[in-house]
Formats: sequence, C-alpha cells, structure tokens
Amino acid sequence: MKDMLEIAGRRIESRLLVGTGKFPGNDVTREALAASEAHIVTVAVRRVDAGAISGSILDFLPPGCIVMANTSGARNADEAIRIARLARAAGTGDWIKIEVVADSKYLLPDNLETLRATETLVKEGFVVLPYMSPDLSMARRFVDCGAAAVMPLGSPIGSNRGLRTKELVEIMIREIPIPVIVDAGLGKPSHACECMEMGCDAVLVNTAIAIAPNPVNMAAAFKLAVDAGRMAYVNGLAGQAETARASSPLTGFLHKDADEK
Amino acid sequence: MQVRINGTPAALEEAVNLEQLIIGKGLIPERVVVELNLRIIPRNQWRTVLLKDDDAIEIVSFVGGG
Repeated sequence: MKDMLEIAGRRIESRLLVGTGKFPGNDVTREALAASEAHIVTVAVRRVDAGAISGSILDFLPPGCIVMANTSGARNADEAIRIARLARAAGTGDWIKIEVVADSKYLLPDNLETLRATETLVKEGFVVLPYMSPDLSMARRFVDCGAAAVMPLGSPIGSNRGLRTKELVEIMIREIPIPVIVDAGLGKPSHACECMEMGCDAVLVNTAIAIAPNPVNMAAAFKLAVDAGRMAYVNGLAGQAETARASSPLTGFLHKDADEK
Repeated sequence: MQVRINGTPAALEEAVNLEQLIIGKGLIPERVVVELNLRIIPRNQWRTVLLKDDDAIEIVSFVGGG
C-alpha cells in the first residue's frame, strides 16, 4: 500500500509545500517550484494599483497545483476572513492558510484569532489549514471545528532557525488525527528531514528556498530531504543505545595470538 | 466624484462603472478581485455597478507569499 498524504479527502502528491514569497524573480520561482515537485503552493493577497506588471504569480505556478492563499496581513479573525473571501473570489479554489499575526517582531501567530477565523471559514466551505503556535489543546480545537490539517511553526517565519518547537510538535503528531505540517522557520534540508523522520505529515518551506544562492537547486535538495525523512519514518528507524554496539565482528582479530584471552 | 481606491483618495469622472475603472488602470480583469464598500463584486457584475461619491474600492490580486 503506497504511503499517501491525504488532506480534506484529496490525495496530495508531495509532502513538501512551498511558498512563493521573496524569490528573486518570477522565472526563478517557476523553476524552483518545478524542482520542488510541490503539489500545494502558497500565495498572498495584496492590493494592486496600476498596470499588470510582469505577470501574475499565478502564471508561474506548476500546472495542476493547489493554490493556497494565505491570510498574511491579517491582525485578527475578521481581517483573515475578509482576505479568505477575497482569495476565493479569485477563482483558484477553496484552500486557505490562516495566518493571523499581531506581533511584527517574531511574526508568531495569534492562535485564538486563528481559531475564530477557522470556525467561520470552515462553515463557509473553505478547506482550512491554520498556521499556529504548537499547543496541543489548541490543536484539538482546530480538529474539532473542522480544520483540514494543522500547521505548527518550527521557528519564526523567515528565521531559518529550524525545528525549535520539536517537543511540542512531537506531542501533536502523536495525539492529533489530522495531518501535522510544520510551517515556518525551516532553514536547511536537514531541518525538513528531521521533521519527516519524527512523523510530520508534510512541511512548508519558503524563505530557505527563495533566498538561497541557488533557489532551484535548493528546492530540489528540500525535495530529496523530505523524501529521505519520510522513507526513514515509514520503514522504521533503528533504535538508539546507551553504549557502543560494534559494527564489525569481534572475532578473528589479526593482533590476537592463539593463547591470548 | 471623490472615492477611495486601495485606501487612497481619487477623483473620478461621473458615470464610470467598475469594469471601466479596472480596465482604465491597465489591469487584467481575470487577475483581480474587487471589493466595493466591503462587498466583493463578482466580475460579471462590474459593468452594472456605477461608482458614486464616497465609495471605497479595494482591488486585490495574488502575489508571492509564504
């Protein structure tokens, strides 16, 4: 039986979700997304003034991908709901990442406002993936009100600090019946691999790819890391030991004489 | 008339509808979403909506984001 990720009843072909912010150009974005083999990509919603500039971001996304708008910019539930409805009106689908941040220093999510937005938007038929600070009781509330997955942060957005919330995310993986997707702060492929090895269902990466010296190759590296971590997890890691367990035989040593003990 | 577009005051000629406003700005209708006084107006209705004094229009689109 193939190991398949399912979110909201839909088969998702990649456990690496990729954001589209901060790339050095649209062409690089397109190539990096292709190299990542991402099935779900995120975009933001912003005011647009004069003239269609160098093409909409939508023109550079992988064909057939799920476009998940985020509600970045929202400081409370009402603003997130407004952004979600605008995003849906663009006609790219019902998937929405709820991102409600009232703190501009760490960009840590406001779990309570995120929950309020989730409750409303689930009722309006959105596929809701809340970006959250890892907290088991809050995660359970997201499950109860119909979120499709939960997205706990690894470390602050764009910080590339990796999985600093490991213990709390591990608890969520054990206790939460919907997919757990670590989102934010993953800075190296090894961070993504670490998440997958411990049982995360997927990861979302943006900055680490977008601002890398070679975003296209970094996207490919993250894809390999996610695959490696998932394969290790699914097949089972060998256990740890307190002391050494020799890898080479303990007999037939060249230095031993027959009467030596 | 005086309206607000994306939070900025703007002066408009009389009797301009939403579709004319969007196209006049060089925007591609299929790539933007329009909200008038906090209500989203579907694209197929833009031509029927005439702007009036004090209207607040938000024109949004997708951009790169995480």
